[in-house]
Amino acid sequence: MNVTRGFTGRPRVHRPGLPPGQYDAREDWPVLSAEVTPDLSPADWSFRVDGLVERPHTWDWDAAHALPASAYEGDIHCVTGWSKFGVRFGGVSLDAFLSVARPHGSATHALAYSHTGYTTNLPLADLTGGRAWIVWEYDGAPLPPEHGGPARLVVPHLYFWKSAKWVAGITLLDHDEPGFWERNGYHARGNPWEEQRYAGD
Amino acid sequence: MTETTTPATRFAVPGRIAVSGQAASRWQTATLTEIRRETPRAATFRLAVPEWAGHLPGQHLLLRLTAPDGYVAQRHYSIASAPDASGHIELTLDRVPDGEVSGWFHTVARPGDTVEVRGPLSGFFAWPGDRPALLLGAGSGVVPLMSMVRHHRARGLTVPLRMLVSARSPEELIYAAELGAETTPVFTRSAPPGVPVGRMAAAHVAPLLADRPAGGWEAYVCGSNAFAEHASRLLVAAGQPVERIRVERFG
Repeated sequence: MNVTRGFTGRPRVHRPGLPPGQYDAREDWPVLSAEVTPDLSPADWSFRVDGLVERPHTWDWDAAHALPASAYEGDIHCVTGWSKFGVRFGGVSLDAFLSVARPHGSATHALAYSHTGYTTNLPLADLTGGRAWIVWEYDGAPLPPEHGGPARLVVPHLYFWKSAKWVAGITLLDHDEPGFWERNGYHARGNPWEEQRYAGD
Repeated sequence: MTETTTPATRFAVPGRIAVSGQAASRWQTATLTEIRRETPRAATFRLAVPEWAGHLPGQHLLLRLTAPDGYVAQRHYSIASAPDASGHIELTLDRVPDGEVSGWFHTVARPGDTVEVRGPLSGFFAWPGDRPALLLGAGSGVVPLMSMVRHHRARGLTVPLRMLVSARSPEELIYAAELGAETTPVFTRSAPPGVPVGRMAAAHVAPLLADRPAGGWEAYVCGSNAFAEHASRLLVAAGQPVERIRVERFG
């Protein structure tokens, strides 16, 4: 341990649910995006599931909203160090989209992509079983554009760069294919509890 | 059956990736060698990092402090210095109210202290000096941009480089004495006599885009999220292609 002289840190209260190396952002929700926030209206938004599926399918805003509603209430964790507790997102479980598209047994991974061209890779197992959502509401209101509105992917058990903003689709693959930040030195999976921040962690 | 529509990541210009997996995953001890005050709120901290692998202007690092009970605080900071062979890097830190790490730097740190760093990280917001660069920063958002300006000077580069930097007042303009003809400062609260006060506006951006060099600008925007949103919209409105705008937002 390399103790820093004179550093004590903030008073610490044990916060269950805070992964190692993270701090509680409380009311803040920092915006992290390397891109210009797009002007993307609900009418221009669509979401597609293709690749290793039986029925590639594209949903527009209304068709996506016709799927059974599903909410996430819980915590999110950003690789830059902040975590946010008790956030509420409203949308549809990714399982609902996948049950229409029907993944092949050979599908092991997904590449999620945005309407702006951003990509991020995920093991398919991290997107199924009620662990991932397409969301358009935050705290009961429309998701703000700078946070990925009109709709984004939310995979709350992984670092939040995996939760692609302005999501346009996922392509199912039989192999792992690094996305944008993963090609920029970030970890392929990004599990906050194992501090999988960068390649090599 | 396997039809896909996955687009290329259009804003990731190829050939920029400067992250060495090994360099980025290893914590190194850095020794503070010098502290220079820049403004009432900002100071530059010079660190000796003997095994620093080098960086590109614009890159950042992860820095961590460890308390005696094992508690660790880590933050990302942009590198202010240009890449050189000095075995040193410099960080310029704003003193954030109630800042856990910046507070330590501004009130406790003194030469000889050690911290840990890993990096450099991410080649996305980086400028190797190979194409015309248009830099828009506000507050401490000027830090990674200054690394680019310093690199441009140190190498005697001739590729065009221009910087617009916003500060509340001349006293709060970081690196004021070092800024040259490449820079246009914009003051939002108070300005020297004869200099207008106001937000960065289309009138600042338009002449730079009208005077576009061959091949166009690569634009780099750095500052608070509010500034990043504002400045990137100004660029788009003035005709800069979105895929050639790179944004670094400071929480």
